[in-house]
Amino acid sequence: MAVKTKRSTRIAVTLLGWGIALWLFFPIFWMILTGFKSEVEAVSTPPKLFFMPTLSSYAEVFERASYWHFALNTVIVSVGATAGALLLAIPAAYSMAFMPSKRTRGTLLWMLSTRMLPPVGVLVPIYLLARNTHLLDTCTGLAIVDMLTNLPIIVWMLFTFFREVPAPILEAGRMDGATRWQEMTMVLLPLALPGIASTALLSLILCWNEAFWSLNLTSSNAAPLTAFIASFSSPEGLFFGKLSAASTLAVAPILVFGWISQKQLVRGLTFGAVK
Amino acid sequence: MQAVVEHSPTPGASAQKGKGAGFLLLSPAVLILLVWSLVPLGMTLWYSLLNYNLVDPTLHGFAGFSNYWYLLTDPDFLHSLLNTFILVAGVLVISVGGGTLLAVLYDQEFFGRGIARVLVISPFFIMPTVSALLWKNLMLHPIYGVYSAMMRAVGLTPIDWLAKFPLLTVMMIVAWEWLPFAVLILLTAVQSLDSEQKEAARMDGAGPIARFRHIILPHLGRAISVVVMIETIYLLTVFAEISVTTAGGPGVASTNLAYLIYSRALLQFDVGGASAGGIIAIIIANIVAVFLVRSVARNLEV
Repeated sequence: MAVKTKRSTRIAVTLLGWGIALWLFFPIFWMILTGFKSEVEAVSTPPKLFFMPTLSSYAEVFERASYWHFALNTVIVSVGATAGALLLAIPAAYSMAFMPSKRTRGTLLWMLSTRMLPPVGVLVPIYLLARNTHLLDTCTGLAIVDMLTNLPIIVWMLFTFFREVPAPILEAGRMDGATRWQEMTMVLLPLALPGIASTALLSLILCWNEAFWSLNLTSSNAAPLTAFIASFSSPEGLFFGKLSAASTLAVAPILVFGWISQKQLVRGLTFGAVK
Repeated sequence: MQAVVEHSPTPGASAQKGKGAGFLLLSPAVLILLVWSLVPLGMTLWYSLLNYNLVDPTLHGFAGFSNYWYLLTDPDFLHSLLNTFILVAGVLVISVGGGTLLAVLYDQEFFGRGIARVLVISPFFIMPTVSALLWKNLMLHPIYGVYSAMMRAVGLTPIDWLAKFPLLTVMMIVAWEWLPFAVLILLTAVQSLDSEQKEAARMDGAGPIARFRHIILPHLGRAISVVVMIETIYLLTVFAEISVTTAGGPGVASTNLAYLIYSRALLQFDVGGASAGGIIAIIIANIVAVFLVRSVARNLEV
């Protein structure tokens, strides 16, 4: 009896679990599918599930839309912002994790609170500062803003990873005559590498998908993929095949990164409150 | 332990040295964040008290609180404030309510659970401009959209969602992005629940609903509050989804505070008015932030 109800429950759970998953994923699936349609088939009514796949939309995106220009901007900005943030955050997190003082707790919470500043609240001064320093529509300008927005999250996430490295191991290194610098670069970094990698991944994901600043601080030179896709909101968006192909290219790397690192991301996204 | 004592003859001096190094390592990050958080804030505050328009040089001088007064009596502003609250509240209800139920669902074992989970979480990793256009064109387009085709297939007339229900449709798009976030966080929290405890409750004859109410929900309490606060911070400044779908329209039907400030600042060049709006956004966000910081602080052992 018990086994029987259990089996029917299990079937119901399986159906529900898969049904909801497929429904939520459907738009992404359809986008990938439409990218392989010709423009005529992309707008056929009723929409076609089966068709002759073609790469014509992809070819057009690469040829006409100078896709690589935007992709390169996204990579430069994301990697630049992440590298800059790690460079500032690793020493800070190291200091707070292994040399805590009375003010460490307050500093961490203050850093968290700076993340709470809504970007739109400082849109005007940041825009004017960028314009006056000629950083408007440059990769440098956008990378600096992205780096500063994500710095608190990165410090926090690194801090929670560093604290899991047992302090005696670092002390042992110091006993053997290692300097602070050697201790950090040769003992801590290799031990905390998985944590640093997932922190870097979260930062890359956040920078890659960042839309508010990239739409407002760039126009053509430094426009990243988020802005490139936004340009399809004009009547050009009616080219469903091209839109889908460009979108698939833009989201594919991050989707894969996200799948790989979903578990570790939780920690960074919740400031260590949920592990 | 022995070694520590032997090799550091003057522990006081070593601690002193540690303090100096710690400060040195910490200060670059702190200083740059200090500048980043104070300078723009101060500038917004200052601009909000000025008559300042980028294209009208005749307009200058100290404005006092007139920018605020003008904004607070502007029906568009009040409408955008209302839209902001509707958007935030609607997405929160959908994502946290749905996220809690889905977290429990995907905690159950079933065939292919790992893949199903990955599919559910995926929308969170889609950049906002892509998800907005994906829904606007491929899903909800009144002629070519898949949803419209489905409605026609069952004999209904397709609806031009973004024209008829702009705010509701934007809310749905944003909820599609944030529901997976809630599932991701809450699922992690559910899984940290001791399975022995769940098993014990089952042995004691607690039904699924009783187990959910008395064991799972209390355990999720803190994770839910963290999700609510983090989402609120992001949802207060939803921008790209509005910008590429409705551009705030028709009229101000789907304009939220973020989009209003953007249009005042970069379309109408009214620096003073936009800054006053920015200060109001900051005040609202800070009310939420206080609770988030407190909740995280409770969990922080330093």
